[in-house]
Amino acid sequence: MKVGIVSYGAYVPRYRITPDEIGKVWGVDGKSMSKGLMINCKSVPSPDEDTITISVEAARNMMRRCSVDPRDIGAIYVGSESHPYAVKPSGTIVAEAIGASPNLTVADYEFACKAGTAAIQTCMGLVGSGMVKYGVAIGADTSQGAPGDALEYSASAGGAAFLIGSEKMIATLDRTYSYTTDTPDFWRREGQMYPRHGGRFTGEPAYFKHVLSGARGLLERVGAEPKDYTYAIFHQPNGKFPTRVAKQLGFSDAQIKTGLLAPTIGNTYSGAVPLGLSAILDEARPGDRIFAVAYGSGAGSDAFDIKVTDEIDKYPRSKAPTVKELDSNLKFLDYATYAKFRGKILLGGE
Amino acid sequence: MATAPRFWRENPSRYNLVGIRCNSCGRYFFPRRAICPICHRKSVGKIEEVKLKGTGKIFSFTEVHDTLEELVLQKPYVVAMVEFDEGPKVTGQVIDCEASELQIGTPVRVTMRKLSEEGPSGIIHYGYKFVPVKEKAP
Repeated sequence: MKVGIVSYGAYVPRYRITPDEIGKVWGVDGKSMSKGLMINCKSVPSPDEDTITISVEAARNMMRRCSVDPRDIGAIYVGSESHPYAVKPSGTIVAEAIGASPNLTVADYEFACKAGTAAIQTCMGLVGSGMVKYGVAIGADTSQGAPGDALEYSASAGGAAFLIGSEKMIATLDRTYSYTTDTPDFWRREGQMYPRHGGRFTGEPAYFKHVLSGARGLLERVGAEPKDYTYAIFHQPNGKFPTRVAKQLGFSDAQIKTGLLAPTIGNTYSGAVPLGLSAILDEARPGDRIFAVAYGSGAGSDAFDIKVTDEIDKYPRSKAPTVKELDSNLKFLDYATYAKFRGKILLGGE
Repeated sequence: MATAPRFWRENPSRYNLVGIRCNSCGRYFFPRRAICPICHRKSVGKIEEVKLKGTGKIFSFTEVHDTLEELVLQKPYVVAMVEFDEGPKVTGQVIDCEASELQIGTPVRVTMRKLSEEGPSGIIHYGYKFVPVKEKAP
């Protein structure tokens, strides 16, 4: 059975901060940091936003664009590394908020930055096997970066939701391939507020090895070459890594341009590839082929071969905001306000 | 712990704006109630549960500068009386904007945000807030 994306929705908070503003506080040249990372600014959630509110907003945008009865949704998986509860699934609240409760299965996923694509793979299996009619896969994060750490210049917030089904698909998920090893490049222990990472170890043996292996593994299995794709999207912890990995694989700047959001939004972790894919679906035409590779530290990659169908011409994209629209009407913060918003200021009584 | 069930009971209204329609007079009410305050006993058996669309306009608003401890990170913030398209008026926070960007009659739509948290280990309460609706360029 063909399985694919029936609808999608995205959400990115309105607030932004620049690396220059962060660098001023920590005695770092923020402008050269911005240039090196290829991040002009990153999104910041307001104090009343978290992974659950971002997931709900993305899922509601997804439902606005289709006429599917939410009671036909048989599974919801929310992938994130910043679930507000350690024990109590974010998906329970999302399910209730979109009217999908109570006849469905729900679970939260965590695989660093690729938990959202792991959720897509699970829904592909459930729909493909006929166990559920529709599954919802969400990747969302309000990622954490310790004050002054290199991550603080990129860790941002946002997410996207996908309704996976087998009817009226705007894009078919033709093949997926994953590559997983035990590579300790980035981690956060239970109860710890901020993650830790292996510095440069997060590059070659982690991100590049897994993204390249995932990408090459998929290309080999579907018998395709980079030139066969209209768009490509790679996990984007910054703007530099996906640009370099695309070049190594033989994808052009034109192919990755639409899905490369890190320069204006930052690293949305589990939301990164889902948001990039949403930006591509915002403008894709029938017949376009999309190559997507998500990466999660720890470490693994999920690669997807996606084909846009004729159904997209009838699909009411304008019923919910596009990623471009979500990346407008911005409000830039100074570091003090950012620190307050992110709970980095210790208040009296804590 | 005692407040968890109290908030949980209100989740249909807080998450999905579930109110009622009186099929005797046609009026909508929010949140849910057992009988119509206009029709009284005539409404018995004619109350229908409905989900409001979540769109409306600002009836009146104010900017709050002195607030509860749990909202201290958000001050100053805007609280408005919002008149839903179906008629009921509710009080709620208007977010992602400055008070100077709003006026009486500004169209708004509902969104879901954190309302409060019972401390760092307690339940998180979610519910409706409002965002101004920007007219799309033609």
